Amino acid sequence: MADKILMKGNEALAEAAIMAGCRHYFGYPITPQTEVAAYMAKRMPKIGGVFLQAESEIAAINMVIGAAAAGKRAMTSSSSPGISLKSEGISYMAGCDLPALIVNVQRGGPGLGGIQPSQSDYFQATCGGGHGDFHLLVLAPSSVQEMADLVAKGFDLAEKYRMPCMLLADGTMGQMMEPVSLEETKQEACEKPWALTGTKGERKPNIINSLALQPQELEQWNEDRFKRYEIVKENEQMAESYLMDDAEYCVVAFGIAARVSQNAVDAARAKGIKVGMIRPITLWPFPEKVLKEAADKCKAFLSVELNMGQMIKDVKLAIDCKKPVDLCYRTGGMIPSPEEVLAAIEKMQKEGK
Amino acid sequence: MIVFDKPKALTDAPLHYCPGCTHGIIHRLVAEAIDNLNIGGETIGVASVGCSVFTYNYFNVDMVQAAHGRAPAVATGVKRADPSKIVFTYQGDGDLASIGMAETVHAAARGENITIIFVNNAIYGMTGGQMAPTSLPGQVTQTSPYGRDTNTVGFPVKVCELLSTLDGAGYIERVAVNNVKNVRNAKKAIEKAFRNQVEGKGFSLIEVVSTCPTNWGKTPQGALEWLEENMLPYYPLGVYKDKFAEEAAK
Repeated sequence: MADKILMKGNEALAEAAIMAGCRHYFGYPITPQTEVAAYMAKRMPKIGGVFLQAESEIAAINMVIGAAAAGKRAMTSSSSPGISLKSEGISYMAGCDLPALIVNVQRGGPGLGGIQPSQSDYFQATCGGGHGDFHLLVLAPSSVQEMADLVAKGFDLAEKYRMPCMLLADGTMGQMMEPVSLEETKQEACEKPWALTGTKGERKPNIINSLALQPQELEQWNEDRFKRYEIVKENEQMAESYLMDDAEYCVVAFGIAARVSQNAVDAARAKGIKVGMIRPITLWPFPEKVLKEAADKCKAFLSVELNMGQMIKDVKLAIDCKKPVDLCYRTGGMIPSPEEVLAAIEKMQKEGK
Repeated sequence: MIVFDKPKALTDAPLHYCPGCTHGIIHRLVAEAIDNLNIGGETIGVASVGCSVFTYNYFNVDMVQAAHGRAPAVATGVKRADPSKIVFTYQGDGDLASIGMAETVHAAARGENITIIFVNNAIYGMTGGQMAPTSLPGQVTQTSPYGRDTNTVGFPVKVCELLSTLDGAGYIERVAVNNVKNVRNAKKAIEKAFRNQVEGKGFSLIEVVSTCPTNWGKTPQGALEWLEENMLPYYPLGVYKDKFAEEAAK
C-alpha cells in the first residue's frame, strides 16, 4: 500500500482520476470544487493530458461528450448550480450511451443557494438529473480515501455499462483534509468499438446519437437501456454495514451524514441501544438488498440527510414501508451534530418499542 | 469516362431537405473538400440541431450528434481527445448564432483547430419558420408575423463580422450558393477551411448564405432571387479574416 499523505478531498479525487487513466478534464470554476480544476490545470500539462477551462458548465459537459465519444476517459466536476447547467449534456450522454465521470461537490440550494455542504441534489442525481428516461451510476464517498477510491470504480462501471457516472460528494468531502493512500489503479480492459476514431476507410461510420424520430425505435432504445439498468441493479449495489449484526434499529446515511451518524450510533450503543447503520455507497443503484434484509430484523429506520428528506423515499421503497422510517435532517448548508442524530435515534427507539 | 460523380464522403441516403433548399449543395461542397484532401477516414463530424440534424446520415464519416448549439464544444472535446483527427461542425443560424453563441465565440477565441460550416438562411427551418438571430429587419416569420421590428427585437447578428474581431479566429469567410460563381467560391472557401485544419493552423468558419424556400414562402427560384436582393446586401460576401494568410505574408 502506498504511503499516506494528507490531501483535500477535491485534490485526492483529481489525482485518483489521473491514476485511473483519465487524461481529459473539462471544467468551470465553482465553489466548493474549484480545487479539482486547479489541480488538473497543474498536473495535466505535465503528463500529456488535457485540462481545459470551458466557457461554461454547459460547454464543459459537451467537451466531455466529445472526448468520451472519441473513446477517452473524460471527466468534469462542478457543484450544484453548475450540475443543473450540465444536466442537458448528462441527458444527451445517457441517450448516447457514453461513459464519463461527473463529480458533484454539492452545496446548498435551490438557486444560487450557499457554498456550504449539502446533499440536496440527491433527487437530481438518483432520478437521472435531466430530461428523459434514464439513470446515472451514483457513488457517494464518505471519506477522502473514498473520494479517491470511487473515482477508478466510477470510470470502470461507466465504461462497463456505457453510462455516465456521478460521484456525488459534498462540500465537506471536497474541502476536508485526511490522510489518503493513492495507488495506480489497474484500468479494467474495455473495448470501445463504438468510439469515433475515424473510419480509416475500413469500416462503416460510427454514429453517436440520441435522436430517434420513430417512437417505436426510441421505445426500444429505452427498453434496452433499462434492461442494462436491471443488470446494474443486480450486480453493483454497494453499502457498508456498521454494527448491523444485532441491530434492532437502523440508521441510513451517506457521505458526511454517515460520518456524523457513526458517532451517534457509537454514543447510542454506549447507552445500550442496539442500533446500527447502513451507509449506501451506491445511491443509484440504491442498496435495496441490504435494506430489505434489515427490514426483516429491525424495528425502525432513521434516514439522516443534509436536505429536507430525499433519500428517505428510497429507504421506504427499499423496505416496502414495512417498518417506520424517521427523518433527521439539516439543510441549507448546515450539518447535524452527533447529539442531534443521537436524539433522533433515542426518539426512534422510544416510538419503535 | 465519369466526369461528375457523387463524392465518396457522402452516403447513399436520400437527403430529406425541401425542394430548392441549398443544404444539398453545401453538403456536396463539404464532401468534395473531404474527398479532395483525402481525409474521410480521419474525419469526425458533429451534427447540430435544426434542419441539418440528420447530417450524420449523409456524411460518410464518423459523426456525433450534439445538443442544440453545443456542437463547437463537442467538437472541441473530440479534437482535444485526438488532435490528429479532422473535426468539423455543420450548424444552422439558430443553432450557431442564438443558442450556441457562447460555444461559437469561445471556440473561435481559443483558436480551436476545428472547421465550422455555418449555414445562414435567416430562419428556423426545422421548427417551421420562426425568427432567427439572422432574420432580416422587417422579415416576416411565424414569430415575427408583422415583420422583424428592430425596435422591439433588435437587429440581426452578423457572425463573420463579430468573430473576425477575435484574435483567436483564424479564417472567417462568408460565401453564398445562389449561383454558379458563388458556388465555386464557396467550394474553394470550404476546402480552405478544412485544409487550414489539416495544416494545424487553427479556427476556420465559413458562413454560407443559404435559402429556405418553404419557410420563406417562395419558389426555389424566387428564394434565390430573394437571397440576392435581401440577404446579400445585409450579409456581404467576402473574407472577413485570414490570420493565416497574414502570418504567411509576414
